[in-house]
Amino acid sequence: MSLVSIRDVRKSFGANEVLKGVSLDIAKGDVVAIIGRSGSGKSTLLRCINGLETYQSGSITADGIEVGGLATNLRKLRRHVGMVFQQFNLFPHLTAAENVMLAPTVVNKVSKAEARATAAEVLAKVGLSEKMDAYPSELSGGQQQRVAIARSLAMRPKVLLCDEITSALDPELVNEVLRVVEQLAREGMTLILVTHEMRFARDVGTKLVFMHHGKVHEEGVPKEVFAAPRTPELQLFVGQVG
Amino acid sequence: MLQFSFWDILSNLLIATQWTIVLSLIAFACGGIVGLALLFMRTSRIPALEWFTKIYIEFFQGTPLLMQLFLFFFGIALFGIEVSPWTAATLALTFWTSAFLTEIWRGCVESIPKGQWEASSSLALSYIEQMRYVILPQASRIAIAPTVGFSVQVIKGTALASIIGFVELTKAGTMLNNATFRPFLVYSLVALIYFCLCFPLSWWAKKIEGRLNVAR
Amino acid sequence: MSYKLQFAELLPYWNVLLQGLVFTIVLTVVSTVAGIAVGTAGASARTFGPAWLGRVVAVYVELIRNTPFIVQLFFIFFGLPALGLKLSETTAAFLAMVINLGAYSTEIIRAGIEAVPKGHIEAGLSLAMTKWEVLRRIVLNQAFRKIYPALSSQIIIVMLGSAVVSQISAEDLTYAANFVASRNFRNFEVYLLAALAYLVLAMLTRALLRALGRVIFKAR
Repeated sequence: MSLVSIRDVRKSFGANEVLKGVSLDIAKGDVVAIIGRSGSGKSTLLRCINGLETYQSGSITADGIEVGGLATNLRKLRRHVGMVFQQFNLFPHLTAAENVMLAPTVVNKVSKAEARATAAEVLAKVGLSEKMDAYPSELSGGQQQRVAIARSLAMRPKVLLCDEITSALDPELVNEVLRVVEQLAREGMTLILVTHEMRFARDVGTKLVFMHHGKVHEEGVPKEVFAAPRTPELQLFVGQVG
Repeated sequence: MLQFSFWDILSNLLIATQWTIVLSLIAFACGGIVGLALLFMRTSRIPALEWFTKIYIEFFQGTPLLMQLFLFFFGIALFGIEVSPWTAATLALTFWTSAFLTEIWRGCVESIPKGQWEASSSLALSYIEQMRYVILPQASRIAIAPTVGFSVQVIKGTALASIIGFVELTKAGTMLNNATFRPFLVYSLVALIYFCLCFPLSWWAKKIEGRLNVAR
Repeated sequence: MSYKLQFAELLPYWNVLLQGLVFTIVLTVVSTVAGIAVGTAGASARTFGPAWLGRVVAVYVELIRNTPFIVQLFFIFFGLPALGLKLSETTAAFLAMVINLGAYSTEIIRAGIEAVPKGHIEAGLSLAMTKWEVLRRIVLNQAFRKIYPALSSQIIIVMLGSAVVSQISAEDLTYAANFVASRNFRNFEVYLLAALAYLVLAMLTRALLRALGRVIFKAR
């Protein structure tokens, strides 16, 4: 029984069809790395899963909740499916702890004390206990992204979507974020990452999805797919990205 | 004929200035409240409310304030209700102010990066929660400078209330001119008093804007 | 409400209202052209002229922007004759409009000039162009391109503000409306009609300015 089930999803932006019938199954505990050229539809697919984008046909089910119908309860969905963004999108007027505490207090109606305890816990997990009362402007890119991850974790999601979360970081800051994600994977969190970090995908991923022109072009166990890409498009892609 | 000294003129003008200030404050405060309501309506994504707000703004921004004053003054009277210049002026200025403030504030809300909306909605916040906890706190900071700047327009707008008979600074000037036949002096003083009211606000608005640009 | 709106009673006065409308349009067009000329001169003086001139322009701008238009109008029409300068209603109206728009456009155009990258100015100067040639050929058209929307908005604001010239008996649309109201006491109807006429005028002007902008500033 998959945690996230995507069936033949099609999506167009106006006249431009970006997803041309994508099907994918993600089981609990999977670490799925979605790779592909820009324009292949990978970010769009990710954003369809938590309802940031709508799609025209097909179906998506996440943790038993149908995504995309008129009756979709986005609030309920997003408590179970979290997202971390390329641009971090931390709330600049709130401290790190306040950023993390906001959703639990407002959406889950958790008490401030309990929320702060949770914030302390997740910020410790990402290694930023001492930065609890710092504002985003006082943090480096890597630190901001780790706070963003902690912010999503505070809602105790079943699935965490990561949209190129290291692409906007200076190279030397990438590892601190990847290490956090790796730890989450080890603890059994279900992760779906759109990423360019091939080494990470190969070493930590349990499933690799290569997207090309809006479709799943190749799929499989990362080590095997990288060692022996079947299609010329993936061979080319892997050769280029190394 | 009564002889008016310089100080007679000035003191009369200053007394009338109180009414300019009172009218400005009420129009600004009430206009702000209405403007905020309009902001929520305009961004609500409910077509009927958005449509109403757009027409409202189009009317109050696209017609002369003087016409609006006349319409309120003569229009309410049609209902058989006694309308004083004070009432008509307050109502007209309130609605006029609200139309401009709501557009200024909408601009500030729309300048908040889309990522803030996406991050907060991904955390399961509803629209009202997003506005209250994430968007408006940031937008208000940006909105201070243009809002203060618009307060200057409100003060200048009160001058038109004189035309429907409300006795504020400009009307006092007209009356004193008729009594003293010293228009150069009278209107210079009137202009000077308006300048003293408006310039500090203009200067403050510019200062806030400057500080904001440095901080970015 | 037992009052019935009687728009029909406005019909006999259509030519009066039309004349007023024409006056308003002419007033706006002439004041716009002259006002922008004044604004260009003022902005150029402040950014490229001698410091003392810049200060004079700054004082002019702040005086106009921090006082109501109606007070400026009264000052010109009632106040200046005391100094020996008597003006007709129409002249005073035009003058006040030009001075008013001139101040606002000075600020708007100045912002546009200051937004032109310094590098462009330096490039022009290194090609042996004089300051004024650089201004004319390089800076001003970039500045205008940038601030055109703001300038268009200001033109419409000034046009709507022109309703006030009726107070010195300049025969604009508002004056015509007052005239009609004094004759048939259909105050609400005539002012509603006038307001809608201004609204249509504002919308047409906005559309016209936008089209004009597309023609003048052909997208590169």
